Amino acid sequence: MLLGPSLAVSAILFSLGVVGVLLRRNAIVIFMCIELMLNAVNLTFVALSQQIGLDGQVFVFFVMTVAAAEAAVGLAIVIALYRHRDTVNLQNINLLRG
Amino acid sequence: MLFWLFAGVAMGSALLCITRKSPVASALWLVNTLFNLAGIYVLLDAHFIAAVQVLVYAGAIMVLFLFVIMLLNLGREGPSDIKGPWGKVIALIGGLVLVGELIALRRVTPPFSLQLPPGTVANSVAARGAVRVVAEPLFQGYLVPFEITSVLLLAAIVGAVVLAKRRL
Repeated sequence: MLLGPSLAVSAILFSLGVVGVLLRRNAIVIFMCIELMLNAVNLTFVALSQQIGLDGQVFVFFVMTVAAAEAAVGLAIVIALYRHRDTVNLQNINLLRG
Repeated sequence: MLFWLFAGVAMGSALLCITRKSPVASALWLVNTLFNLAGIYVLLDAHFIAAVQVLVYAGAIMVLFLFVIMLLNLGREGPSDIKGPWGKVIALIGGLVLVGELIALRRVTPPFSLQLPPGTVANSVAARGAVRVVAEPLFQGYLVPFEITSVLLLAAIVGAVVLAKRRL
């Protein structure tokens, strides 16, 4: 059975996504790391759907839809931010810093 | 065996994706990760999910990312955006703690009453087809969430246009 190895791979991919978010300052690369985390969760759903039932595969569709919507809106925000600040480096974007 | 090939390439590509300096290289390594995840889905009897993964993720979403990188002209080599030594140490510790926690969670198994006998999913895919086993629950039990998803997509379309347009 591939369930145990799949869950281990999923855990490692999710953690790599978190490390990427903590490590990088480029907003677009941080978005890509979030996509990586969503994919790790999708892998968990598919792996567990073998044991628990096909509803997990249906849920992957909803996760993909939300990911697509999130990527479209997020990248639009990045474009708007770049127009105002001429950068996508999050170190230079500190509007909320007190 | 094949599983470990896909899994190894996926994890290696993910590592390269978060450590490459250029955003374009990061995006292309992420595409590689997504393709290998599609291979793992096939091994897990989720053929239709694998096809959708290639079409939607590796196709549409990553093209959107590359398009934005091109639009903002970020492809050239600039100063590295990776944080300094303290940031690296904190990220490494956070990642290792998270891996430990997630691997520890593996000891929890779903209750026995919820578990299907082994091979059930593979048998139903063989009997009813790879698309049908996903489409039937999607359009019967999950019909209302499916329709609500269309509202979400409409909101995303309107939001993306409003945010990215120079002047309305």
